Amino acid sequence: MASPKSSYGLAAKSLAVLRKDILSEYRTRYAINAILLFGVTTLTVVSFAVGQIGLPADVYAALFWIIIFFSAMSGLAQVFVKEEESKTAIILKLTADPTPVYWGKLIFNFLLLTLLEVIITPLYFVMTDVVLHNAALFFTVLILGSIGLAGATTLIAAIISRASIKGALFAVLSFPILLPLLIGAIGGTKKALGPVEAPFAAASSELQLLVSYAVVMITASVLLFEFVWEE
Amino acid sequence: MHQIDVQKLSKRFGARKALEEVSFSLHTGDSLAVVGRNGSGKTTLLRILAGLAAPSRGTVAYMDNGRTLDRAEVRHRLAYVGPELTLYDSLTAVENLRFFATMRGIAIDDGWIEAMLSMLQLAGRGDDFYGAYSSGMKQRLKYAVALLNDPVYLLLDEPTANLDDEGKKIIGEIIARQKQNGILIAATNETGEYGFAEKLIRLGS
Repeated sequence: MASPKSSYGLAAKSLAVLRKDILSEYRTRYAINAILLFGVTTLTVVSFAVGQIGLPADVYAALFWIIIFFSAMSGLAQVFVKEEESKTAIILKLTADPTPVYWGKLIFNFLLLTLLEVIITPLYFVMTDVVLHNAALFFTVLILGSIGLAGATTLIAAIISRASIKGALFAVLSFPILLPLLIGAIGGTKKALGPVEAPFAAASSELQLLVSYAVVMITASVLLFEFVWEE
Repeated sequence: MHQIDVQKLSKRFGARKALEEVSFSLHTGDSLAVVGRNGSGKTTLLRILAGLAAPSRGTVAYMDNGRTLDRAEVRHRLAYVGPELTLYDSLTAVENLRFFATMRGIAIDDGWIEAMLSMLQLAGRGDDFYGAYSSGMKQRLKYAVALLNDPVYLLLDEPTANLDDEGKKIIGEIIARQKQNGILIAATNETGEYGFAEKLIRLGS
């Protein structure tokens, strides 16, 4: 039977990977349960510990990103681990070009992080005494931080997916790579939480760091992914 | 004219030799049966040919009119069906076909899907989840995915595993078509299946 020939570009193939992962995640709740459970549990512990105590803005900023970081560690690797564990990685390698696989998985991880943040962020402000002085800066830092976090962890997830101790290796490899991002994100968040004049100007160095990190990490990941995926 | 040229292919896993200097050359219209006892390296050979594993020594070259194809070009012309292959359990058969067609860069319509499922005697089961299929039905759907790109190089590992007589007959027809239009390499333990191929390699002997 002759198959009809056509051509799909990078965008269509990347969206197909994204759609497949969303559909699969919606039906199995493979990653979302882990990431949300960890996020809400950590938030609850933090709120019990510091909820009634007035803390400096930098401590609140650090606690917020600790929650995001460890929740991400519990779920973002699943995007490739699931392919390896269910043995679907083989047919994906046989049929798909590497680049759309990376883009589809990256966007999926970003959306997963966004969902986590949509739930965690309002709860964080309700359950602690933290005051948000500049919402625009806060959400700018949050979005840039999430892009960098998703960019780095997606490539690391592909690297560790065939290892036997995936969870520990994911955290160990991620921490040093994500450290500059976390420093920038915590610094930017601190300036959004504190009463700072001209907050965007005050946080310009953190914003530059976050933008640079996201661009460098995603560019490097696109270039390296083919070797990680196929070798 | 397509060609696959394999020269002195060897594979070691630590101290154990899985393959030792396997060489052959096939052209369009050729078919090769890879036979041998369990553990003789049949699957390892197919995995290397499919690009899923690297050889310890030796070379594999896919060519089109004398021009060596790069990895992406091979991927677009090659299909592999084997027991280690799994489609997505949480997608239906039709969703699996549409996904892999898109990844292959091929547009398929409802008519094509219906015709393919009908040929593989899966008509009416297209909206069932792959995970709910029996092992024989899963094997048939793997063939549907493999045939999406009209492969020049078709690699089959245990081609009739889990199939009933009707399924074996369908696969026989697919093999006959492939022998006319492309290159077929099949690894099998079934002595009754040796006859499909003009050439034969016995591993581990």
